[in-house]
Amino acid sequence: MGIFSSQKDTMRAPSTGRINRSKPVTFTFDGKRYQGFEGDTIASALLANNVHLVGRSFKYHRPRGIMASGSEEANALVRVGKGAYAEPNLRATQVEIYDGLYAESQNRFPSLKVDVGAVNSLLSRFFPAGFYYKTFMWPASLWMTYEHVIRNAAGLGRVADDPNDPDRYEHTHAHCEVLIAGGGAAGLMAALQAAKSGARVILADEQNELGGWLLGESDVMIDNKPADSWIAAQVAALSAMDNVTLLPRTTVFGYGDHNFITMCERVTDHMGTRPAHLPRQRLWKIRATEVILATGAHERPLVFSGNDLPGVMLSGAGRTYANRFGALPGRRVIITTNNDDAYRTAIALQKQGVMVRSIADIRANPKGPLISAAKEAGIEVLAGHAVTVAAGNLRVGRVEICPVNADASSVTGEALHRDCDLVLMSGGLSPAVHLHSQARGKLKWDEKTLCFRPSTYHEREQSAGAANGTFDIAKLLAEAVKVASKALTRQGLSAEDVSVPESSAPKQSFAPIAAWKIANGLPAGQGDKAFVDFQNDVTGSDIQLAVREGYHSVEHVKRYTTNGMATDQGKTSNINALGILANSLQNEIPNVGTTTFRMPYTPTSIGAIAGRDIKGLFDPVRRTRMDSWHQQAGATFEHVGQWMRAWYYPQAGESMEDAVNREVVAARTTAGLLDASTLGKIDIRGKDAAEFLNRVYTNAWLKLGIGRCRYGLMLKDDGMVMDDGVTTRLGENHFHMTTTTGGAAGVLDWLEEWHQTEWPELEVYMTSVTEQWSVATLSGPLARQILSEAGCDTDLSDGAFPFMSMKESHVAGIPARLFRISFTGELSYEINVPARYGLALWTALMKAGKPHGITPYGTEAMHVLRAEKGFIIVGQETDGTVTSTDLGMQWIVSAKKPDFIGKRALERKSMASTDRKQLVGLVTKDPKKVIPEGAHAVLDPTEPAPMTMLGQVTSSYWSPNLNHSIAMGLLKNGHALKGQTVYFPMLDGQEPIEATITDTVFYDPKGERING
Amino acid sequence: MLLINCPHCGARDEAEFSCGGEAHIARPLAENSINDTQFADYLFFRHNPKGIFLERWRHAAGCRKWFNAVRDTVTDEIIEIYPMGGLPKSKAGKQAHAENWRRASAAEKAAMPATKGKK
Repeated sequence: MGIFSSQKDTMRAPSTGRINRSKPVTFTFDGKRYQGFEGDTIASALLANNVHLVGRSFKYHRPRGIMASGSEEANALVRVGKGAYAEPNLRATQVEIYDGLYAESQNRFPSLKVDVGAVNSLLSRFFPAGFYYKTFMWPASLWMTYEHVIRNAAGLGRVADDPNDPDRYEHTHAHCEVLIAGGGAAGLMAALQAAKSGARVILADEQNELGGWLLGESDVMIDNKPADSWIAAQVAALSAMDNVTLLPRTTVFGYGDHNFITMCERVTDHMGTRPAHLPRQRLWKIRATEVILATGAHERPLVFSGNDLPGVMLSGAGRTYANRFGALPGRRVIITTNNDDAYRTAIALQKQGVMVRSIADIRANPKGPLISAAKEAGIEVLAGHAVTVAAGNLRVGRVEICPVNADASSVTGEALHRDCDLVLMSGGLSPAVHLHSQARGKLKWDEKTLCFRPSTYHEREQSAGAANGTFDIAKLLAEAVKVASKALTRQGLSAEDVSVPESSAPKQSFAPIAAWKIANGLPAGQGDKAFVDFQNDVTGSDIQLAVREGYHSVEHVKRYTTNGMATDQGKTSNINALGILANSLQNEIPNVGTTTFRMPYTPTSIGAIAGRDIKGLFDPVRRTRMDSWHQQAGATFEHVGQWMRAWYYPQAGESMEDAVNREVVAARTTAGLLDASTLGKIDIRGKDAAEFLNRVYTNAWLKLGIGRCRYGLMLKDDGMVMDDGVTTRLGENHFHMTTTTGGAAGVLDWLEEWHQTEWPELEVYMTSVTEQWSVATLSGPLARQILSEAGCDTDLSDGAFPFMSMKESHVAGIPARLFRISFTGELSYEINVPARYGLALWTALMKAGKPHGITPYGTEAMHVLRAEKGFIIVGQETDGTVTSTDLGMQWIVSAKKPDFIGKRALERKSMASTDRKQLVGLVTKDPKKVIPEGAHAVLDPTEPAPMTMLGQVTSSYWSPNLNHSIAMGLLKNGHALKGQTVYFPMLDGQEPIEATITDTVFYDPKGERING
Repeated sequence: MLLINCPHCGARDEAEFSCGGEAHIARPLAENSINDTQFADYLFFRHNPKGIFLERWRHAAGCRKWFNAVRDTVTDEIIEIYPMGGLPKSKAGKQAHAENWRRASAAEKAAMPATKGKK
C-alpha cells in the first residue's frame, strides 16, 4: 500500500452509504495521503481510515477528534488549501473531499501528536474561567508582553499565507414568495406545498445534498419507501418545477429586517478542478415575502470527565457516519444517554457489525420498544448509569460507568470499567433556532423535550420540524404542510394541501431527563475536565466557578467564561451551559434566560461578503477627458474624491518641490494651464432660480446681471461653512453653479433637500452637469494673448470682457463658455467646452501657448497659488466647525437679506465668543522654514506639557513667488492676535518654529494682477 | 436591512435610501424673535423615541425624492409612507405627531405658517 495508510485500519462498513464506491478519492491530511470516496467529507474519510485525532483545543491544547457530523462541529477545524488558497477554521465535517485536497490540522506545535502547548493542560489550575481578566491585569505595563505570548499560543487557524485571495466571488440578488432554510424532511415537504401554488420558492441547505438527517437514517419509511428513496423522488419533483430553486451547499447565515436573507453558496469548493467561469462562492441576498425555517436540531453532548477525547462523539453523528458515509467510527462502542434516541444509534451500529458493548442510560427505568429492541439485540442496558469518566491517550480507550442519582449529579455506587474505542453520547436535541433568533423571534422553554422552541415571531417567518421542536417524523411532515400553507395564505396565495405521506420510524420518546453535569465520583473540581464548550475550552466547573465569583446574569457568565463565543457560537454548548448555570443558581432555565444568536450562522468568508467589490472595482475611478495628455506628460496623480487629478508634472531630474515651484512661478510670470474639469457643476433653471440661490448662498443674487459671475459661500443652517464656488447667470432664469470637486454630489443633494422639503413652492430645477463639461483654466499675465492666438472669436479686452463675467464663444473652433474668474489672482479664463472636446481644447491651448512658455500645472501648484492669495479651500481651512465670521469673510454675508441658510445661527451669542478659532495668515521668522500642516500653535514654547494650544495650521507651503514660506491656520481669537508671535513646537527635540500672525493675503494684496 | 416602499419607485432595499432624521421640524425664520435657547430646539434637539417615529427619507440611489415615513423604532415596522409637506394619516402617526414636544416649542411657533415639510 506504500504511502497509503495500511488496509487493516479501514473502517468502511461493508456495503452501505451514499458515497460513490466506484470513485476513490485521494487527499492529504497533515502531510499523509489518505483514500476516501466521492461523497465523503474530510471527517468521514478520516474516520474510515481510523483517524480520530484531528486537532488541538484552543486553550489547553488537548487532543481533539471529530465530535459531530455537520456545521455544529466544535473540534475538527482544519485548514484547507495551500498558499493564497488556504482557508482556516473549516469544519472537517462539512468539507467534501476531492482528488488532491490538501488539509492540515490546526493549533498544534510542532505536531498533532506531540504538542508542547499541551503543558497548558497540566497548568490548567492556573487557567480558570476569566483567566485573562485575573492573570494579566497586573502589572498593566506588562500587558503588551502578555498579549504577544497569548496571541501566539491561543487562537485557532492561520489565515492564508498570501493576503491576495486569487479566488473570485460573486453576489446575486433574488426575490421569492417563500424561502425555506433547510432541505430535510420538513423543508422538502414545505417546499412541495409552497411550490404547488406557483409561487417562487427558494430552498437552501448547507449540505451537499438535500435530505437532512434522513440521509443518515436506516429505520425510517416514508410513503412506503425507505427515506432516501422518498427524498430522491421529492427532489426530482421539485427540480422539475420552474418556480423552484434548489440550492444545496448553501448556508442561510443571516436573517435581517423585513425578511432580508443572506446565504452563501459554495459553488466550486467541492471540486478538484474548478471551472474558470464559476465563482468560488456566491453570496445571495434575498427578499422573501415569507420564510420557513426548517433548520433541524443539534444534538447536545453530555458533560462528563474526558468527554472531549478523540473517539467521544455525538450519538447521532456516529449513526450518520455509519449509515450515510459507510464509515465506522469505532468497533467497540459504549453509549451514554439521557434519552431514547441513542438506542437507534446502538441498533443501527450493531447492524453494521459494530460491537455495542453497553448503553449507560441515566434514566432509572427507561422503557419502550427501542429499549426492548436493544436488549433483544443483546446490548447491555445499564439503567440509572452514566459514563462518568472517559480516558485514553490521544483516543478514548476505556470508560468508567457508574450508577448515578436522577440528574447524575452524584455517583451512587461502584464503577464498572469497560474498554472501548468509541463513546457515543446523547444529551437530547436543541432546535437550531439561530435564524429565528436573528429574526428577533422569541423562544420558550419546553419542559418536556428540554429545549428552547420558537414561540413568537417578529418577521414573517415560521419554523417547522425539528427547528420547531417537532422531532417525530409523521408530525413534522404534517406540520411542514400546515406551515407552508399558512405562508401562502398570509400573502394571498393558495394551493390545495398536498397529502401528507404515511411514514414510520421506531417509536421513541423525545423527553430526555435533565442531567447537565455528570459527577465523576471525586470531590468537586477533581478528576479530568468535563467540557461544555469544546471550541473555547470551557468546562462545567468554569461555569460553576463564575457563579461562585458572583456572575449570575447569563450574558455576564457567557463573556466571563467565553462559553458560546467561539466560531460555532455555542451550537452544542449553550443549553448545557444554561442548565449548569441554572442549577448553580438554584433557578429554572427559563428564568436564567438565553443569550442572543447573531449572524452569521456559520463563519462566512470575507471574500464572499466583498464579492466583486475589490481592487479596481472597490470604488470607481473618474478621469477627465484630458487624462491621456497628463499621463503622456508624465504627471503624478492624486486622488480627489473618486477623481484622479494631475498633481504635478515633473520634468527630467525634477523633484516634486522643483516641479511645483516651476509651475507656480510660471503661472505668475507667463501662463499656466490647469485641468479643472473635476469641479462640480450644477445647472439651475426655473423662474425662482435666483430667489433659490439667494436663500442658499450668504450673499445677494437677485440683481446679478446676465453673463455675470459671483462667488458664493454656502453655510449649513448651524452657520458652518459647507461649500463655495462661482455661480454665473446664463439667462434670466438660468444659472451655472460650480462647487468644490469633492463637494459636488453633496451640494446637489443639499439643494434638492432644501427645495423639496423646505421651499417646494419655488420653481427651480437642478441638474448635475459636472461630466458634461471639460474645463481648462488658463491663468497668468499672458493668458489673454495665448487665448487669442488659440483662435477665440470674442473680444477679450478688459472693457468688453471684464473680470467676473462669462461669454459664449469659440476657442480653436470649439464652442465654449469662457468664464473670466480666477483662483490664482492672475488674469484667468476658465474655458468650458462640451466634454468630448476636452483634449482638443487642451492640445490647442498648449500649442498656442508653447512659444510663450505655457506651463501645465497640477493641483499642488493650484493649492500654492490660491494660498498666496489667501483663498480658502473648503475642507482644508474648514472642517464643519468654522463659520464665515471665523474665516473673516463677513464681506460675503448679506446683512440685508431677510433669510438665508445659516443666518439665524450666525447671530447666536456663542458665535461671537473669543474662544472661537479664526483664520489667520502665518509668516515664519525663518523664511525657509515651512510649518508642517496640522502643527499646533502655542504662545509660550517653554510651557510644560500639556501646553495651552491656540489652534492649528490648515495650509502651509513654500511660496517661490514670495521667496518665503506661507501658512494659514485657525487660531483661538486669531483676528485679535494679528502681529503677535506664536510658536509651533516640533517633535524629536527640534526647535519650535516661530511665526508672526498676519493677514491671509500674502501676494498682491491690492488685487492688481487680476487684469493682466 | 429595511424594505422601504418609495412612493414613486415601489419597494426597494434600504441601501438605496438615506435617512434624513426627524420629520416635521418647522424652521423658524431669522426675523422671528426667538432666543438662542429656543432656536437651539430647532437646530440641535432631535426626538429619539422608543416607538413611533416620524422621519424623513430620500430615495438617494433612485428617484432622489424626499418623503416621510412613520416607523416603529422598536419593531422597525414602517407603518405609513406619506408625502413631504403632508401629515400622517395613520392613527399611530397622528398621535406621534401631536404628542411630540416640538409642537409646543417656541421655535415651532416662530416658523412661518406657510413652511411645510421637513423641517
